[in-house]
Amino acid sequence: MTETVIDVIFDILVILLLISGAFFIISATIGVIRFPDVYTRLHASTKAATLGISGILIGAFIFLYANHGIISGKLILGIIFVLLTAPVSAHMIGRAAHSSGVEPWSKTGETRDEYAEIKNKGS
Amino acid sequence: MPLQIILNLIIAIMWMFLSESYQFTSFLTGFIIGALLLYLLQRFIPDAFYLSYVWKIIKLLFLFAKELVLSNVEIVKWVYKRGRDYNPGIFAMPTDLRTNWEITMLTSLISLTPGTLSVAISDDNNMIYIHAMDIDDKEEAILAIKDTFEKAIMEVTR
Repeated sequence: MTETVIDVIFDILVILLLISGAFFIISATIGVIRFPDVYTRLHASTKAATLGISGILIGAFIFLYANHGIISGKLILGIIFVLLTAPVSAHMIGRAAHSSGVEPWSKTGETRDEYAEIKNKGS
Repeated sequence: MPLQIILNLIIAIMWMFLSESYQFTSFLTGFIIGALLLYLLQRFIPDAFYLSYVWKIIKLLFLFAKELVLSNVEIVKWVYKRGRDYNPGIFAMPTDLRTNWEITMLTSLISLTPGTLSVAISDDNNMIYIHAMDIDDKEEAILAIKDTFEKAIMEVTR
């Protein structure tokens, strides 16, 4: 009896994690389409996609452990590597965009960009 | 600190040999016993107790996870809101961290927190340039980063 209760709790946890992960990834995709420029799109793609992927991988980990008794180290490693690489790649893409002269979008029309000011002063 | 880690590992392996069961669980028991011994004898061993560093690292990881979830809620709000009621821009933030390792940690933390994304680092490692979704509350963002992340990273590395 108690075993079935625990199974149901694990199932609900897995379902919640998978659904929230998929939701965050879909939100990231919509954000990439809706946001106005490179930098804001990077916001959407790095943050939401990272959490979405980790949610799905944690869900898969719990599913494998609860239903098959497997402790999968690969899934944990996957989460760690996504967490390590996503911010670095976002930083590189943002820097590359800025050095190739992409101006940040601004609502009021006047861009506020302290990095460009300092770069212009130096040259 | 390396001395303590080696001592702890030696105690764990000795425990494994003494109990004559060469499995991971007995290694773990030995490791816990070693940590306990080191904790009791910390006055006679140079340097502070090394597991306190580990504890600080774990706290940093939890902080990271919390900020990640919060930032996602924020981004999802912006994604589904009608119109564009944000005003992005790039601002500069002075930092007290010096080594490459610390700055890498700080930029990753910044990139995964609400509304901020590190874009560049100045050549002398003094300034981090951050793209913010809402530049109007940049003072707040600078204070928050300085208060939470810089402090947490400094506790781990210094």
